[in-house]
Amino acid sequence: MRNQQVKILLVVAALAALAIIVPNTNSFLILLATRVLAFAILVMSVDLLLGYTGLPSLGQAAYLAVGAYLTAILATKYQFGLGYDFWLVVVGGILLGAALAAVFGLLAIRATGVYFLMITLALGQCVWGLAYRWNSLTNGDNGINLRQRPQFGIDLANEVTFFYLVLGFFVVSLLLLYTLVRSPFGLSLAGIRERELRMRILGYNTWLHKYIAFIIAGAFGGLSGVLWAHTAGIVSPVNVELAFSVDALLMAVLGGSGTLVGGVIGAFIVFGLREYLSTLVPWWQYVLGGVYVLTILYLPTGLMGIPERIRQRRARTGNREEEKEIAPVTP
Amino acid sequence: MAITLLRPFGPLLLGGVVGFGLTAPSNAAEELRIGYVAPTTGIFAQVGKDMVDGFQMYLDDVKGDFGGAKVKFIVEDEQAKPDTAVTRAKKLILQDKVHMLVGGLLASSGYALAPVSTADKTVYVVPVSAADDLTQRDLSKFPYMVRTGWSSSQPSHPFGQWACEQGYKKIVAIGADYAFGYEVVGGFQRAFEACGGQIIQKIWPPLGAKDFGPYIPTIKAEADAIFSLMVGPMSLQFPKQLAASGNKKPVIGGGTSYDEFVLPSMGDEVIGHVSALQYSAALENPKNEAFVKKYRTKYGKVPSYYSETNYTTAQMIHEVIKANNGNFPGLEAFVKQLAAIKVDSIRGPVSIDEMRNPVQNIYIKKVEKKKMFGYDKDELWNTVIKTYANVNQFGQFNKDEFLKTPVYNRDYPPCKFCN
Repeated sequence: MRNQQVKILLVVAALAALAIIVPNTNSFLILLATRVLAFAILVMSVDLLLGYTGLPSLGQAAYLAVGAYLTAILATKYQFGLGYDFWLVVVGGILLGAALAAVFGLLAIRATGVYFLMITLALGQCVWGLAYRWNSLTNGDNGINLRQRPQFGIDLANEVTFFYLVLGFFVVSLLLLYTLVRSPFGLSLAGIRERELRMRILGYNTWLHKYIAFIIAGAFGGLSGVLWAHTAGIVSPVNVELAFSVDALLMAVLGGSGTLVGGVIGAFIVFGLREYLSTLVPWWQYVLGGVYVLTILYLPTGLMGIPERIRQRRARTGNREEEKEIAPVTP
Repeated sequence: MAITLLRPFGPLLLGGVVGFGLTAPSNAAEELRIGYVAPTTGIFAQVGKDMVDGFQMYLDDVKGDFGGAKVKFIVEDEQAKPDTAVTRAKKLILQDKVHMLVGGLLASSGYALAPVSTADKTVYVVPVSAADDLTQRDLSKFPYMVRTGWSSSQPSHPFGQWACEQGYKKIVAIGADYAFGYEVVGGFQRAFEACGGQIIQKIWPPLGAKDFGPYIPTIKAEADAIFSLMVGPMSLQFPKQLAASGNKKPVIGGGTSYDEFVLPSMGDEVIGHVSALQYSAALENPKNEAFVKKYRTKYGKVPSYYSETNYTTAQMIHEVIKANNGNFPGLEAFVKQLAAIKVDSIRGPVSIDEMRNPVQNIYIKKVEKKKMFGYDKDELWNTVIKTYANVNQFGQFNKDEFLKTPVYNRDYPPCKFCN
């Protein structure tokens, strides 16, 4: 339990540091940090499925996309969501994400493992197809530009203000998800991940558990989409592409699935390498590739697994020393 | 010790000396920071390389000196994704404090970058991205944007007329299924039907299609010709598969179906195909000959229109800065002066119309296998067979009426003669 408290303190300290340091850097870094936080909400939603329920989703970008398209279409076609009604758009994005997940979940939850991966991929591509081809609504591959950010007492066009808003949403999402995964419901999800059959024999309706987790993940995806639309200023089919979903999955795995904050660290690393290192050196792709390969080879539990591995190694060497001490006595 | 103490004042002293010594060009050592956005990784990396090389070659030609201003050329990778283009543009504006943004390949990148220029009050010069509406129906949203390249349907308007003159009555159009495809095909359809022709079928294979097996057999037999609009690898596959199907009809197409980016990789099946664009590497004027030879020596390939338009864009920016004695004249003044420019470029005379899109020659080109510019091998070249001089983006149409109609899309112009 003490261990858990230390972890929570560390996360709080990191968030506080982020809130203090970022606004004092240059405005490009503020913009990048805002993007990372908006995307990190999607990564956490992936982690809820992958790390806690054992469902690797390859179509999570679809939920971000519906949230983002909703925001963009309302803002450009109806001038809606640019004042206090922004909060309605937030609610709308969450509900739309959840509704889409509720439909897709009916199809996807019946499968597990690789089959789940394939079905979510296919469903994600359906949304991509819509975004790409439904020209009158989505403007096809040209995408939709958002010309302004909402203004309600505070002006979100200011990068620092907007950063704090996204940070706020991120912290609330993190708290909600953290509470969720530690609740009895979250624990039964972990039970399903470990051994679904046993959970079913114990009398749990595992299908319903997974279905609800899927919908919750979709809701957070929708929220992240609303924020993403205003962060990036443009919504296009690129946001629904397979690569976008893969990014989210890779970030979760890189940071360590089943930890929530691991995915956030993953997001910071990937965005940092891709968006920042790439402005400095041309060989950034090798670094990114190297990080992926090394993580998979040596850290299958992700970066968040490092302390645990160190502890295990220490325990192991400790044991060995004890064995050595005992060894001479035995013969 | 004394030296150390003096060090902070060194530049000041030096500045004083220079100021007194050389009074003529004030601020002559000003740095002009040009932020360039192009895809340098991903599937469009090679096109991006042509773009950057074209711009860089001009800078090398003038030794990075624009009328006294030292040019700092900063290239950022947009990966042909609008999202990334925005991030990179922001980086260039916020971190590098560039005087102007240049670049963007796909229409989507152009549409992503133009609003950034408006929001951050930065010049955006568009050498490649060809989306019609940037300089048509959406122009008022982008006051700091000037296009130096082309609009997608610009070459199609004279080309449609040319098709009528060839005596074609019925044409089948087959084009990549995205905005650029709709605009090139749409412009051709409007012009061709305005002079009495009929588009009797429109086929839209998806962008990136490599197998045209499902589409080629559906081409109507009564067509007099086939109009194709392909991009990238599609350009290579379509003529091959069309020839293999035993096609005897004449094939004509949008510029990117046969531009110099794809032409060297094509086979003899494209000989005789006709396309329209504002540039051909086979243009017979001394400027172009020198450009092609120099480019080929430097980069080992024939320049494409991507290279040429960027070379010319650099030239235009140079002209404006030179006219201001090596100073950046400020946002609005720069846009105004760039939009008023007239240059005698490699692709012929270019000026900018009141909607900030170039007025330029459109060349009707036929693919021929021949020797050019003293190269000793037979190669494929886009021989110019007809020149339409000083074509603007509306071509033969009335600007006001043109702007009242919707932008070309999958359903506009409607296919009246289909079925």
